[in-house]
Amino acid sequence: MARRSLRFVALAYLAGILVVPVAVVLVKTFEPGPASVWESVTTPAATHAFYLTVLVAAIAVPLNTVLGVLAAMLLVRGRIRGRALVEAVIDLPFAVSPVVVGLALILLYGREGWFGDELAELGVRVIFSLPGIVIATVFVSLPFVVREVAPVLREIGTEQEQAAQTLGASAWQTFRRITLPSIRWGVAYGIVLATARSLGEFGAVSVVSGKVSGETETLTLLVEKRFENFDLAGAYAASTVLALLALATLAAMTVLDRRKAT
Amino acid sequence: MSAVATPLRRPRAGAQGLSGGALGLGVVTLWLSVIVLLPLAAVVDRSLEGGLSAFWNSVTSRQAIDALRFTILISLAVAAVNAVMGTLIAWVLVRDDFRGKRLVNAIIDLPFALPTIVAGLTLMALYGDAIAFTRWAVLLALLFVTLPFVVRAVQPVLLELDREMEEAAASLGASGPTIFRRIILPNLVPAIVSGVALAFARAVGEFGSVVLISGNIPFQTQVAAVYAYKQLESDNVGGAAAVSVVLLALSLLVLVALRLVERWGTRHDG
Repeated sequence: MARRSLRFVALAYLAGILVVPVAVVLVKTFEPGPASVWESVTTPAATHAFYLTVLVAAIAVPLNTVLGVLAAMLLVRGRIRGRALVEAVIDLPFAVSPVVVGLALILLYGREGWFGDELAELGVRVIFSLPGIVIATVFVSLPFVVREVAPVLREIGTEQEQAAQTLGASAWQTFRRITLPSIRWGVAYGIVLATARSLGEFGAVSVVSGKVSGETETLTLLVEKRFENFDLAGAYAASTVLALLALATLAAMTVLDRRKAT
Repeated sequence: MSAVATPLRRPRAGAQGLSGGALGLGVVTLWLSVIVLLPLAAVVDRSLEGGLSAFWNSVTSRQAIDALRFTILISLAVAAVNAVMGTLIAWVLVRDDFRGKRLVNAIIDLPFALPTIVAGLTLMALYGDAIAFTRWAVLLALLFVTLPFVVRAVQPVLLELDREMEEAAASLGASGPTIFRRIILPNLVPAIVSGVALAFARAVGEFGSVVLISGNIPFQTQVAAVYAYKQLESDNVGGAAAVSVVLLALSLLVLVALRLVERWGTRHDG
């Protein structure tokens, strides 16, 4: 009896907070009919927003993957001083408000920022332009790969790597043939999380992008703009595109989670 | 976890080469400094531009202090709800059995995968008529985005928990609630605390899910992150930086506390 009621409370909470709201948006999106939904997600502004969102993720995620694996190797295999400090710095993006991230980048690369004059001289625009959006996205998605790979590295130990090196393999060969295959599911899991975060980042991007339609407007910014312009159907349609990406992420996480366990 | 190198387990030349060595260390340090530390230093620097008194004035302006107080109080409420509901959900997912459990388990991560602005919009679509622009709306949005933290922290601990102690307690005549309170709960406390801390840190800085549904009414539903955003929009960069530094300090505090709890947890494991 107690078990049943606990189950009921847990499921009711999940339904009320998560499942029903997301389902309602999906239903409301398709109320006007699939043709108008399609029209709404294929306007020039929407397709550009989609393109920009994917482009930003395509730059930020590989950067964070390569450097994330390197950082995890250092943290687990290296003998470095101040390991706890490095770990804390890597975790910071999880805890910092997106608005603070955006503000920080403006204070660094904006016109009156630390590097404002130098960038102006070089003619490079960071804030209100693609580089700013990319840097903001790199910041918020930085910890994922490191956080997923480090525990796997710790778990697999160094025996096989040592054996390979005793047999004369170079460091790079050892990494590619021994280490990388053992951490690949961890890396993949980290990439999925980082991609989801990159595609969905709103706050930091909202501050640094300038929100110019057709230029610096990402999908999440498009959702906000349509909502504020009372274009509810349009906001729902753009949200549904993002929600479908999120569901694909969940599916990938579920599959990878099982792979990681085996 | 200990920083002291254990020479027996850590091979010398080989593993050092595999860590990327000095070059790797240099690249990672540079990367972390440029991407994370330098920008945050710029915020702290800007907040102190007019001296400590200017900083203090910005942080204690009526609207700022109200937004900060509301943010901290509602984040504490969110943390408390998560402590209870997160543990309950984790318990149901581990100890209970029902059809569709795997699906429910997968859905827990939805708030991590779904963009925050979409989260805000979905809550608006369902509950907007009833609660839009109230403090309840802010609470609901924060509960949505923080849901996975406690569940995902408690679940693995509960899975690993040895059932023998519980069986022993039951055979000695302890009731279900007593077993939970005296045997299970003490083992879960470190995990609950670390999940709650992450949820609190997330709630304190949350922006995307709150910005639509809160209506951003000063002295009522305005949270600190939205306040900082609005100050930035109206060109009060100093005010935005000051409140940002307070938020930053809060997140640092939580991260440090979390490390201490984790260390305490692992020590009690052994």
